[in-house]
Amino acid sequence: MATTTLAQPREGRMAGRAFAYWLANYRRVWRGSIISGFLGPLFFLLAMGFGLGTLVDGGGLGAPGYVEFIAPGILAAQAMQTAVGESTFPVMGALKWQRQYHAMLAAPLGIADLVLGHVAFVAMRIAITSVAFALVAVALGAITSWWVVGAVFAAILTGLAFTTPVFAFAARQDNDSGFNVLFRFIIMPMFLFSGTFFPVEQLPAGLEAVAMATPLWHGVELCRSLVMGTATVAGSLGHVAYLLLWVVGGLWLALASFRKRLVT
Amino acid sequence: MISAHRLTKRFGEFAAVDAIDVEVRRGEAFGFLGPNGAGKSSTMRMIGCVSPPTDGSLRILGRDPATDGPAIRARLGVVPQRDTLDEELTVRENILVYGRYFGLSRAHVRAKADELLEFAQLTERANSVVEPLSGGMKRRLTIARSLVNDPELLLLDEPTTGLDPQARHVLWDRLFRLKRSGVTLVLTTHYMDEAEQLCDRLVVMDGGRIVAEGSPRELIALHSTREVLELRFAADDHAPYATKLTDLAERVEVLPDRLLLYTDDGDATAAAVQARGLEPLSVLARRSTLEDVFLHLTGRTLVD
Repeated sequence: MATTTLAQPREGRMAGRAFAYWLANYRRVWRGSIISGFLGPLFFLLAMGFGLGTLVDGGGLGAPGYVEFIAPGILAAQAMQTAVGESTFPVMGALKWQRQYHAMLAAPLGIADLVLGHVAFVAMRIAITSVAFALVAVALGAITSWWVVGAVFAAILTGLAFTTPVFAFAARQDNDSGFNVLFRFIIMPMFLFSGTFFPVEQLPAGLEAVAMATPLWHGVELCRSLVMGTATVAGSLGHVAYLLLWVVGGLWLALASFRKRLVT
Repeated sequence: MISAHRLTKRFGEFAAVDAIDVEVRRGEAFGFLGPNGAGKSSTMRMIGCVSPPTDGSLRILGRDPATDGPAIRARLGVVPQRDTLDEELTVRENILVYGRYFGLSRAHVRAKADELLEFAQLTERANSVVEPLSGGMKRRLTIARSLVNDPELLLLDEPTTGLDPQARHVLWDRLFRLKRSGVTLVLTTHYMDEAEQLCDRLVVMDGGRIVAEGSPRELIALHSTREVLELRFAADDHAPYATKLTDLAERVEVLPDRLLLYTDDGDATAAAVQARGLEPLSVLARRSTLEDVFLHLTGRTLVD
């Protein structure tokens, strides 16, 4: 079939206009979202770190105590949670329920503007929850290094490594039932087994390799090594490169998925 | 404003729009009429530069949608079949946000929003959240929003479907005003009264093709008679009566509950019917409408 695609000259240059929409939308709910966005991770920190953690000998973990071990892990993991939450239902809604993407496409915006503008907004959301959590972790003494600033950037990158692939996934769903599968069978196991709460060396060898292939493990390792002062330049660059691969590959898939879904 | 030649949209093997030719001139109100599935919305989406044509040529505002889509859309107003309002934002915020999509400055959009809210009779609801508003109000807001960039060409896909009569008349009035102010209107509808009210010219589509084209008056003259006489008899089957009356009208149509006699003088035909000793339960002589044309051209079979 000789379908020509609609060319989008200088694609993405109007992404700021799409971002402005999501920002306007966020203005109504930002207080609630910030509170709920870091209360969850805070509870994990309190329960696991200061509760369960008193029973755990931190020495074997290379950290002063268990709470210091898991705080940077939760920083990375909450970035993932925020990213996935913001890239599933809101994307489906803008495609199908409230149809904001359709409104944008009727205006001069193109597919790349839609995707980049929305991804930029999700990045901002991840940044907000990451900063909020880092402040709490520092206040509680769970993180003491100034490298926490670098860890926040690492957490944002970790979140983005989930944002773009999940955008692509969401754009290929007919309804929201696929999201439950994503949350239960991919995100939740990753949260539990990718080094957030215990070193992946504890896993059987096969599973250890699987865990080390997840973007979350790289995010956790990067955040943890930064705040604990064990980071190496080569190791950190390796983690960053791997996460960037997910961001860029996911973006490419998301653009293709959005185009397939919306340009018919 | 719009020039389409052999414009085609196929989805797989199915031709939703099958090689249509359309010319829309500046300042006119042009209508696409047709039953559901006739290809009206697919055509509108191609004109709105959000759906690439499969074949044929299409030029809008003198440009090619395949290469200048965003530039064309910057000068269009679009009222889609289904509202794409943000129901959680207020009426005014919806206009402000939409204006920003066109790269208009905040100050400009703010002033424009007041003007549009006035135009759409929504000033009093400016700060209400959209979700609880009535269907008519949402539709007026969608139209107000579509005007934020002062479009030269306004595309309306079934603008009044699902609205009550009052809301429809308010909308028609607003669309008239737009037309008077020089905006070119292109609309789809399956309401014949809407097409007669609003359109200078229209095409009737059926099965992806154009089956008739002209002004409402021309179409009635060409495809129907001046008047229609409706007769209802006390019988379950009206067909036997039809055979007795064929010579009295240009065309006789048998419906389950009545006969339609297409004639130039309904009253004279009614008198002739009575002169034959037939006593219908009810007699109605009326002017031919676009609906008669439409049903004649696209058939009475229900399209789902």
